[in-house]
Amino acid sequence: MTTLEATPAPPAPTSKEEQPRVAETGTRRTGLYLLAIAVVWGLGYFLFKNHDTLSRPFVQLNGLDKWFNHIRDNIQAAGLHNWFFHGVIGNGSTFVNDHVIGELQGWLSTPSGGRPVPEVGWLGVVAIFTWIAYAVAGLRSAGLVLVGTLLFGVLGYWQDSVDTVIITILAVVVSIVIGIPVGIAMARRPWVSATLTPVLDVMQTMPSLAYIPIAVVIFGPGATCALVITTIYAIPPLVRITEHGLRSVSATTIEAAGSMGVTRGQLLRKVQLPMARRTIIVGVNQCTLAALSMAVIAGLINGPGLGQDVIYALANLNVGDGAVAGLLIVVIAIVLDRTTTAASERRERTQGSLGAVSSPGVMLVSVVLEHLPRWASQDTRAPRRRPSPLMRRIVLLVTLVPVLVCVYFSHSYLDLAQFPTAWNVGTHLSNGINSVTDTVVNHVDTFTAWVKNAISYGFLNPLQDLLASTPWWLTAPVLLAISWVVGGLKPFLTTLVCEGVILGVGLWNDSMTTLTMTIVATVLVMIIALIVGVWIGRSRTADRIIRPILDAFQTFPSFVYLIPALALFSPSRFTAIVAATLYAAPIAVKLVADGIRGVSATTIEAARSQGITTWQMIFKVQLPMARSSIALAANQGLLYVLSMVVIGGMVGAGSLGYLAISGFAQDNLLGKGINAGIAVTALGILLDRTARAAANRGRT
Amino acid sequence: MARRHLRLPGWISFAAACALGLSACGGGNISKTTAGSGKTCGDLNIAMNAWTGYYADAYVVGELAKNKLGCNVKYVKLAEEPSWSAMANGTVDTILENWGHDDLVKKYITQQHVVEDAGMTGNQGIIGWYVPPWIAKAHPDITDWKNLNKYASDFKTSESGGKGQLLDGDPSYVTNDQALVTNLHLNYKVVVGGSEAALIQSFRSAEKNHTWLLAYFYEPQWFFSEEKLVRVHLPKYTPGCDSNPAKVACDYPPYHLNKLISTKFADSGSPAVTLIKNFHWTNDDQNQVAEYIAKDGMPGPAAADKWIAANQDLVNQWLQGT
Repeated sequence: MTTLEATPAPPAPTSKEEQPRVAETGTRRTGLYLLAIAVVWGLGYFLFKNHDTLSRPFVQLNGLDKWFNHIRDNIQAAGLHNWFFHGVIGNGSTFVNDHVIGELQGWLSTPSGGRPVPEVGWLGVVAIFTWIAYAVAGLRSAGLVLVGTLLFGVLGYWQDSVDTVIITILAVVVSIVIGIPVGIAMARRPWVSATLTPVLDVMQTMPSLAYIPIAVVIFGPGATCALVITTIYAIPPLVRITEHGLRSVSATTIEAAGSMGVTRGQLLRKVQLPMARRTIIVGVNQCTLAALSMAVIAGLINGPGLGQDVIYALANLNVGDGAVAGLLIVVIAIVLDRTTTAASERRERTQGSLGAVSSPGVMLVSVVLEHLPRWASQDTRAPRRRPSPLMRRIVLLVTLVPVLVCVYFSHSYLDLAQFPTAWNVGTHLSNGINSVTDTVVNHVDTFTAWVKNAISYGFLNPLQDLLASTPWWLTAPVLLAISWVVGGLKPFLTTLVCEGVILGVGLWNDSMTTLTMTIVATVLVMIIALIVGVWIGRSRTADRIIRPILDAFQTFPSFVYLIPALALFSPSRFTAIVAATLYAAPIAVKLVADGIRGVSATTIEAARSQGITTWQMIFKVQLPMARSSIALAANQGLLYVLSMVVIGGMVGAGSLGYLAISGFAQDNLLGKGINAGIAVTALGILLDRTARAAANRGRT
Repeated sequence: MARRHLRLPGWISFAAACALGLSACGGGNISKTTAGSGKTCGDLNIAMNAWTGYYADAYVVGELAKNKLGCNVKYVKLAEEPSWSAMANGTVDTILENWGHDDLVKKYITQQHVVEDAGMTGNQGIIGWYVPPWIAKAHPDITDWKNLNKYASDFKTSESGGKGQLLDGDPSYVTNDQALVTNLHLNYKVVVGGSEAALIQSFRSAEKNHTWLLAYFYEPQWFFSEEKLVRVHLPKYTPGCDSNPAKVACDYPPYHLNKLISTKFADSGSPAVTLIKNFHWTNDDQNQVAEYIAKDGMPGPAAADKWIAANQDLVNQWLQGT
């Protein structure tokens, strides 16, 4: 690896250990370098504390902030008359609002044209969704969809749940129309791939809050804007996996096809696409789950659906409502995941498992939203024989009859159009959760304050002092040196550029505060990941019990975590850290567990025959051998944490996240908010590339 | 194969039976609803800014529009300033409690003509800094801002970096606090986060545990009937003293809260326009509904219905001309 050669490589001493590892010596030296850096940094802190921290009052705008504001004003003024902003964007966005999304809502979810209810009532919607699931994914999925859709009403959020499904599915359709051709182009032409890969990297590292303000300026808050940001967020995984799928069609097959004289177009249509179809459907699956998570965040900018309910619950500190709405999002995620997975499985049962696609090969590319609740989508039964295509078509046609009957009746009768309130248990559930929360909060508020103070004074504040109160001209080189030592030349250059960007937008001090919170939360995540990950990696029983919980936690949208955290800890940075830790821990735990489990049985057996203790097994064999998985867990944890620390600006985390949120909440702070989004992105890229380089080095 | 043949028709007939059965017992044919005067109302998208007083306005107007005028009412949960731009692009029709926003008035009403003033709500708004009753009792001089620095170290928290903490509400609320702290040379740090509910929880907890708390708060506010918070007086407000947001060094102005409608909606001829323009009530009215919602935990529409039923005369005045 180039990165290894770039560092001053010490002469490799002969190791006396049984399994000599090249990285072993490197690590020790790395530690020494890091120690030296820490000493310089600490010394600088004591000498120059509070000088040149570049801290800037909240309301003070710099030239760049004002420039963005100015552009926004011009765009808004142009929105009244200009042919492009009024004619194309304005009318286009109104059209999508009123006639695409509005029309669909009028059919399925909201009162339409003088009727107090939508054209198709709840019974009809349940029937349609179930039938579609049956058509694309089979009977089991249909059953799941039936239950899931009924839950929309039973939990008391019928309209908003259907709206969420509408936005998610529309975004997926748009992503497929754009993403799959782009993925194909990337697989076939190296220059397209080389151009677009960095763009996709940035898109996936960019926290969602960073581009919301820009989208709002262009489209105005509303359903169209929600659709746009959801699509932007959902496309990268689909493009990536499509490219990956097409590329992994074996060279032998392509050569064989080539020898039969097929054209490039035929090769694509008849060979590559069919063979990559299952992989592409996995891409659609990932794209769907990404779309769902963004459709929720889009609630901030008047995107229809459950996101608004979660945000409303946050504003009212209503833990119960937040939990119920969050639960429904989990239900939708499971239903969509199961349906898309089952759709891929029924097409090609003969192909082998898809394990390879979700292996670190793709994971390492960037944040892959490994949101799949696997327990919901695993089909453990042996494949049954399928009916013939003709038979299937007949069955589908016949089953359409009761669906149409349901649609007709739900159009005509009020009780079948409006979900019966008597069946609503969501309110009771929410009240129950709230009364429990109130009791807990009232009894533990002094204790939670104590925990918050202990961690804030003991860990968070000193670290923040070191990062943010040391002069920038010292912290910046220190970060550069660290990236060099742990990563090598490439992360060094990335860090250089990213620091330049952060300084350029004038948000150095706020970025350092955000970085501090990210580091603290990541440390907490890794402590949890190592303890729980080792435990469930070693015990099948623990795995069976804990994994479903992790899956569910992973599917909860990020906002939902803020509500109980805020109720317990009141507005503070620690609140955001708690929420971030809960949000990022599941993925990190799973990766560590997979790493521990991946240690070969032979190695374990050999070690055991030497008669070592359990602790020795963990610390001397399993953890060292799972090193790359642990590094990967840290990398993923870091990015999850960062995205959540930013959203934590809503609950007292301050710094960049708060600026980004203020950017679209306060008119004159828009420019500063956009700049905060840019700084967050730079910070994310800096952290991701450095951590990834360190992880790669761990593997070599 | 044989199994499938047998199972599927069973499923079909089950579904059909369910549908028929439900339709048989389910009543109520759906007819097109029209307004009392015959004008159809259509859609009414009410912005729903995040404080309980606003919810009170929105649900009362929303329930009347829905039940008396037959509008399809939708509550758009959006922050204050984005609600203005949502009126500009047509996804929101009205804001029912507007707190000033002179810059936005200039931009959207005066310059772009996409938003119109729809009159006062009758509510008088106050924004200020408040302390829980126990502090005011134990340290009466705290109500003068000049003494704030004396107590700064008491208000210290883990978040305030060695200074006193001033707790703010939702990031989207109208506030000059960051500038005030700087310009009045106060040894305080503004910590922003949470919401009205989080502020109320903080006040309750501070009063219960006798901990120090200085926070942004506002009236009309139902919570004052539960806890008599005491306001800290900042340098007196004079017209224009807050014109430069970065240089503000005076108290918040008294707000005469008003309603806004988008020009497009105003011209639509919807009977809801008249209702919104007529809507006018007192702080006590609003606090009553807000208390139903926030303290008694009633769902918004139910709270509004309860208040409407008890105030028929006033409501009938609002409905005149619709």
